Formats: sequence, structure tokens, C-alpha cells
Amino acid sequence: MNASRMFSSRLFWPVVMLLVLFIINLVAFPGFFSLEVKNGHLFGSLVDIARNGAPTLIIAVGMTLVIATRGIDLSVGAVCAIAGAVACSIILGSPEPGSIGTVAVAVIVALLIALVLGLWNGFLVAVLGIQPIIATLILMTAGRGAAMLITEGQILTVNSPPFKVIGSGFVLGIPVSVVIAVVIFTAAALLTRRTALGLLIESVGINPEASRQAGVRSRGLLITVYTFSAFSAAIAGLILTSNQTAADANNTGLFIELDAILAVVIGGTSLAGGRYSLLGTLVGALVIQTLVTTVYTVGIPPIATMVFKAAVVTAVCLLQSPTTNAAFGRWRRSLGRGRPGTRTAERASVS
Amino acid sequence: MIRKMIGAVAVGAFLLALTGCSTASGTGSAGAAKAPGDIVVGFAQVGAESGWRTANTKDIQDAFAASGMQLKFSDAQQKQENQIKAIRSYITQGVDVIAFSPVVETGWDAVLKEAKDAGIPVVLTDRAVDSKDDSLYVSFLGSDFIKEGQKAGQWVVDEYKNQTDPVKIIQLEGTTGAAPAIDRAEGFADVIKADPKFQIVASQTGDFTRAGGKQVTEALLKSNPDATLIFAHNDDMGLGAIEAVEAAGKVPGKDIKIVTIDAVKDGMKALSDGKINFIVECSPLLGKQLVDIVKKVVAGESVEKRILTEETTFTQEQATAALPTRQY
Repeated sequence: MNASRMFSSRLFWPVVMLLVLFIINLVAFPGFFSLEVKNGHLFGSLVDIARNGAPTLIIAVGMTLVIATRGIDLSVGAVCAIAGAVACSIILGSPEPGSIGTVAVAVIVALLIALVLGLWNGFLVAVLGIQPIIATLILMTAGRGAAMLITEGQILTVNSPPFKVIGSGFVLGIPVSVVIAVVIFTAAALLTRRTALGLLIESVGINPEASRQAGVRSRGLLITVYTFSAFSAAIAGLILTSNQTAADANNTGLFIELDAILAVVIGGTSLAGGRYSLLGTLVGALVIQTLVTTVYTVGIPPIATMVFKAAVVTAVCLLQSPTTNAAFGRWRRSLGRGRPGTRTAERASVS
Repeated sequence: MIRKMIGAVAVGAFLLALTGCSTASGTGSAGAAKAPGDIVVGFAQVGAESGWRTANTKDIQDAFAASGMQLKFSDAQQKQENQIKAIRSYITQGVDVIAFSPVVETGWDAVLKEAKDAGIPVVLTDRAVDSKDDSLYVSFLGSDFIKEGQKAGQWVVDEYKNQTDPVKIIQLEGTTGAAPAIDRAEGFADVIKADPKFQIVASQTGDFTRAGGKQVTEALLKSNPDATLIFAHNDDMGLGAIEAVEAAGKVPGKDIKIVTIDAVKDGMKALSDGKINFIVECSPLLGKQLVDIVKKVVAGESVEKRILTEETTFTQEQATAALPTRQY
């Protein structure tokens, strides 16, 4: 990849921002990159970032596909809370909360309920033609209420070792939540990029009517992406709930829809639909989680945290905007003036 | 068209009926003693962010149910705007008394002024507001958070009195701007500052939640590996911290001592198991006291501006003894 292609890549600035955040962390805390094995598992700041960022990434993968169809799913946070509430109340209600069977039933029921919720979202958007932001807003508000009803307004603390594994366990020294995130990410990438599915999703995002007339079953595709989004939200909800060993209907997944949308946007996927980058979403999710860790390691006072995060996000968005990129391009061309060869090469690669 | 008109007339009549009701109850409250069943109290709760809060909610609901008064309850999900909305709706409904636990300390003057103008007395529970005009509420029922912080600090001073090496402390703060977070930090700092060996090496907010406490502790333990004490502003963050300490290969309660405030059941269990070292109680069971205040206010009697809830502290042994009879 030559220099100009690297600059014009939408991933360039997010990756730069991620590296800058890593360097800030390294300066504030020299042991930032150190990885050790403690109690038979990996231990280090990078592991924490991957582990705590996993739920956001999982939701952001679903969100990417939804946004690619020019939609949005605001209900993911509520679905997180419902999945956690359902799983915890099943585990608490069973005579053997510690048995693997109980936990398996709890997880499967939670995921099935999420599929139904996803179908509901898809039905509202694809069949009834309600605008996605409104359609999913319904579940965003009502869903958290439903989660409160399931938990009866209480924080349900579960003491179930198999359930705890989902959010805080390790497989071969790697956090289980990271393994789950990698599996979902890879599956989504292979399914949509190794087949025509991704292209079809993008075509629906560009023009649903035209793609329908071209023979794309846009209705089915829309229902599928919303269902997948709810499914991934439920998995993230189970991870979050298991990580804190309690279902907290009010706080589990609160504002995670915004983090997920931000991850997608930082990754260069346009909210206008029609184009998406799962790799970009991965970088976006990592930027967001690293940002959180940076606040702690650098010791930014809690009062200033929001401002700091806003500044970083604003910087990424400004750097990514087409206008800024065009300005950068003009600036580089003016530097390269007098070397006609470079200029033509650049033009060619841009077009 | 006719159908629309009938609808409009019906709505108008309904609205008239509503205003009729509220004026009637308005004159009623000015008169002599009301039957408990006629007293309507609007309570705007913060949310259900912790086990403490749910115990608080339940106790208040139970106490009002037992008293026979009508309680209108709303959950603000930790957002000030929701709480203001709830209070405004109580004002419109013309309740007799409004009680609420403010999410944050500031920004209440306007809505409290509205309540005052409507002649509805306001009782603050558990958390205070920061306002120059203390005529905006009749009473504040709750714990003294500064004292709680001081009690926690005092235990730390006693625990390390024979040690001369620096004691490095990580503080897990509550929601930024909330009264308990500000006051507990202040009370704690007041007591430990007498001895320079106590150093708060890092202080971050964990939003009073378990997930927050865990994530903050994970990060802070890495950047401050020599910390030996964690002071969490509530049990839930302390419980999150325990998991982070264990994940870091250290023993909570031994390698890293943990002091928290609240004494909810899960926290007391951890204290009894030796994973927490000391808990300062902050009792959520103030329903009965609130009912008494409401009765007095409605009857036109004067109440004290500041009423404290009764509280104690727990060591590991005391927790083991207290657990079987713990209500929340």
C-alpha cells in the first residue's frame, strides 16, 4: 500500500487515534503493554481493553449491518438488559443455580427472547415501513421497563460459577468474552464478505426499492439484520450481566447503543447506509474502550471525563470528514509540486 | 366532524373535572386533620442503581402502605430531568406532600420554587440539595454523608496506626456531582489528612455500580500496583473491586484492604467472608420516619429541618453476627 492510499483510507485516522491513545497510556503508565500470565490466564491492560470492549464490539457488529441498510437500532441497550434479566431470573428460580444445565437453559431462553425482539424490530421496519429510529425507540423505552418487570425492580445477584464464566472466565488463558467477540466478528465478516450477502445489504441501504425491483428480497434482509442485531445485543447483555454477577435492569447496557453507533461511525461506516466496514467497527470499538481506560490510567478527574472523551471523538470525526481529507490532499499535493510523476500517480489512485 | 367535536367536548369536560378535583383537595389540606386515606404523597426516587436503593424503595413503599396513605411512586433512572418531570407532574396532580432523593445536588431551585408556589411542602430524603434558599423544602431526612466518610477514615487511621510506611489508597467515587460522593470523599479526606503517610493515589468514579467499580479497579490496580487500600463510596462498587482484585491475583481483605459504605446484604456477606474489611452503615430504612414527617407536615405541625437516620458501623465479626437478621 503506498502512502497516498494509506492516507485516503477511512481507517487511517481511527488507527492513528488508537495509536495516539496507546502512546498516552504508555507515557502515563510504562507497564501499559506488559502482558503476564497470572493464575493461568493473561493479565494486563490490553487484556482489560479487549475484555471490557467485547460487549460494545459485539453490539457494534450487529449495528454495522443495520446501519449499512440505512437503518439504526436504538433498542440494543434494552435488549442487553432483558437478556440479563431473563437469564438471571431463570438461574435464581432454579433449584440448582450452579449446574451447567440450568445456565444453558437460561442462556438459550434469553437468546430466543432476543430473536423475537429482533423480529419485532424487523417487522416494524420492513413490513410496516416505520422509520428505524422510531421503530427501535419503542423497544428502547419499553424494553428497559420490561427488564424492570422481570427483575421486579431489584438487582438480581446470581452465584453461579458456570454463568460467571461467560463474562469473567478464561479459555486457554484468553477471556471468554473476547473469544465470543472474535467468533461473532469473524462469522459476520465471512458471511457477508465471502458471500454476496454484504453486497445485497449495501444495495438495500442505497435504494431499497431499486434493489427489490432488481430481485433482492429487501424485506427479508432487513428483518434478518435487525434480528441479528438483537441477537448480538443479547450476547453482549449476557456478558455484561455475567461480568458483574448481577442483573441490573436499570444500568446493564445503558447508553451502549450510543457507544456502538459511535464505534460504527468512527470506523468509517456512513449513517447514510450503503457501505460498511466491519474492520473499521473493530477499530472504532477499540478506540472507545481505550479511551475509557486512558481516563483511568492518566487520572483525568471525573468532572473532566466527559469533556476529554468529547474532545477525542470530535478530533476523530473532524479528521475523517471528507472536507478535511480534501484539504489534506491539497496540502500534500502542494508539497509534491514540482514532481509531476507523483501527482499523476496520486490522481490515478484517487479516481 | 361531529365526532371530533364530541371528542373535544368530552376532553374539555374531563379536564374541568380534573381541575375541580385538585381545587377540592387544595381547600381540604388547608382545613383540619385529613384521614390518612385522603393524603396523597408523591415520591420521586433516584432509580434502582444499587441494592441499597431497592431496599430504600421497598421500605418507603411498605411504610406508606402500612400507614394507609396513598403513595405515587416514580423511578427517575438516575436522570435529573426525569426527576424534575416527575416532581412537575406531582405538582400538577396537586399531591399533598412531595418527597424525593435528588440525583445530584444542584439545579433544583426552579422546580422547588414551583412546588412552593403551589403550596406543596417538599421533604428531601437521603440526599440534600445545594440551594441558598432553604425555605424551598420543609425537612431533610437522611444520613450525614460527611460523618460516614469520617467513620471510614477513622477506621483506616486506627488500622494503620502502627505503620510508618506510606499507605497508598485508591478511592472509588460515586456518581460525579452526587451529594454522597462529594461528602464521603470530603469526610474521608478530612480524617486521613492529619497523617501524611496516607496518600490517595487515584480517585475515579465508578458510578455507584458493580460494573463501574470493577472496571475502574482493574485499570487503577495496574497503574498503581503498590496500592494497599480501596475506599469505595458504596458496597456495590466495593463488590466490583473484589472481583478486580482477585483477577489481579491478589487477596481482597488481605493484600488489599477494602472499606465501603452502605452495609447492604451482598456487602455484609463479603464482609463476613473476609473480603471486605469494614463497612460504615448507611441505613435505607427511613420509610417510617418519612411517614411520621408527612403526617406532621399535613397536620400543619412544625418539623425539624434536619433529621438524621440511625446508623452504625460493622467489622467482619459484627457482620457475621448481624447477617442472619439483616433485612436488606
